[in-house]
Amino acid sequence: MADLQKTPLYDLHVELNAKMVPFAGYEMPVQYPPGVMKEHLHCRAAAGLFDVSHMGQVRIRPKTGDLADAALALEKLVPVDVLGIGVDRQRYGFFTNDAGGILDDLMIANRGGHLFLVVNAACKEADFALMQAGLSDVCDLEIIKGRALLALQGPAAQTALARLAPEVADMTFMDVATVQLSGAQCWVSRSGYTGEDGYEISVPDRQAETLARHLLDRNEVQAIGLGARDSLRLEAGLCLYGNDIDETTTPVEASLNWAIQKVRREGGDRAGGFPGAARIFRDFTYGPKRKRVGMLPAGRAPMRAGTRLFADESAADPIGAVTSGGFGPTLQGPMSMGYVSAKYHDVGTVIYADIRGKRMAATISPMPFTPAGFKR
Amino acid sequence: MKFTEDHEWLEENDGIVTVGITKHATEQLGDLVFVELPEVGAEVGRGDDVCVIESVKAASDIVAPLDGEIVEINEAIVEDPTLVNADPTGAAWFFKMKLTNAAEMNELLDEDAYNALIE
Repeated sequence: MADLQKTPLYDLHVELNAKMVPFAGYEMPVQYPPGVMKEHLHCRAAAGLFDVSHMGQVRIRPKTGDLADAALALEKLVPVDVLGIGVDRQRYGFFTNDAGGILDDLMIANRGGHLFLVVNAACKEADFALMQAGLSDVCDLEIIKGRALLALQGPAAQTALARLAPEVADMTFMDVATVQLSGAQCWVSRSGYTGEDGYEISVPDRQAETLARHLLDRNEVQAIGLGARDSLRLEAGLCLYGNDIDETTTPVEASLNWAIQKVRREGGDRAGGFPGAARIFRDFTYGPKRKRVGMLPAGRAPMRAGTRLFADESAADPIGAVTSGGFGPTLQGPMSMGYVSAKYHDVGTVIYADIRGKRMAATISPMPFTPAGFKR
Repeated sequence: MKFTEDHEWLEENDGIVTVGITKHATEQLGDLVFVELPEVGAEVGRGDDVCVIESVKAASDIVAPLDGEIVEINEAIVEDPTLVNADPTGAAWFFKMKLTNAAEMNELLDEDAYNALIE
């Protein structure tokens, strides 16, 4: 078994008595002494600091010096309007495959002279190879080494970060900026994976611990592990690559239509030109055969990933399955996300989950399960 | 108090045994979010799955420590699973049972043996 890698905050996590677990080839904190529930609640009440340094950071520079060339090159890999991303703004997107499935989801930022991407840890090697093959004729690709990634999330995130750099208070949701934080040159976006207001911060490795300690100095900021990160994003209705979206799910099946801007859809000025366009356009035209939906179990028992779903208490053939599920500390009850055959996807539809051999009712529900706090 | 290798504790009182899970177990599991208890009157065999507990991340089973009959269950932990994390050896007992063979209690671990197990 290969040795696990450590992020620049490893020593800090150990000092804080984190329970460390292997994740995507790294030693990561799954929780600290407060535990998943308290960490989750603290993030929504105040602010949480997450170490997400295991994720991949990439810079794409156009060989011509004209960012439009890099944007158009990337548009060959993602069904997103990259050209239309304003300077110091970012968008959510995904790499697609020839079947219209999703290879990874990512954030794409326009930094003026280059595009800055953040990709999932488990997919970063494959994403790098994909971009190398698809972009290196037109772009210089740089896999960024030596930088950590932190997320500061919660209603108190602005107050906490503005102490170090007052200008972050003026950023709105999906803005990106270069900001000096605790003496380090950081790349900061106003975005996150929790449904709360907050920031994601790329900081040089050797300054990461100092920055983290400065943020944790305040009572309102608490270190939060991957366990709570998962319950926070699930309450927010956000997909986890590998669970809720993967190579077999099209963006339309995944209810991510909104991320494919009109200009890339059929009839748009730059329609198609990305892998799987034909299949994705068919899903738009005819409707997908299945849809990602939120579900609220009727009882207290959580419906976990893999749970099979049925139209009624005795039907033999499943109509779908749960892809993520658990307990929402803010919701104070169980919640799930999964796919159902299109005819069952309307909010309010009652379906039945097979939980330990018994059929338990659940209702198709809108997401997010708890209200969002973005600073628009 | 007696213990099992599955991190359960047992207290015997007038022929009725109260069963719960240990503090060590709750620390390993993390915050509990769901508890399902057996039916009162159920006949159970040693090692049978009798309860389901779910933490934030995963589901687990509690097994019957010995053969017997369930005579009482603790609804308080169904209402509020976090009680198990707060008071695992007191208010958060799981169920009470009448043992088929009371002498079998002697086969279980005493406190020193359990503490040695979880070292």
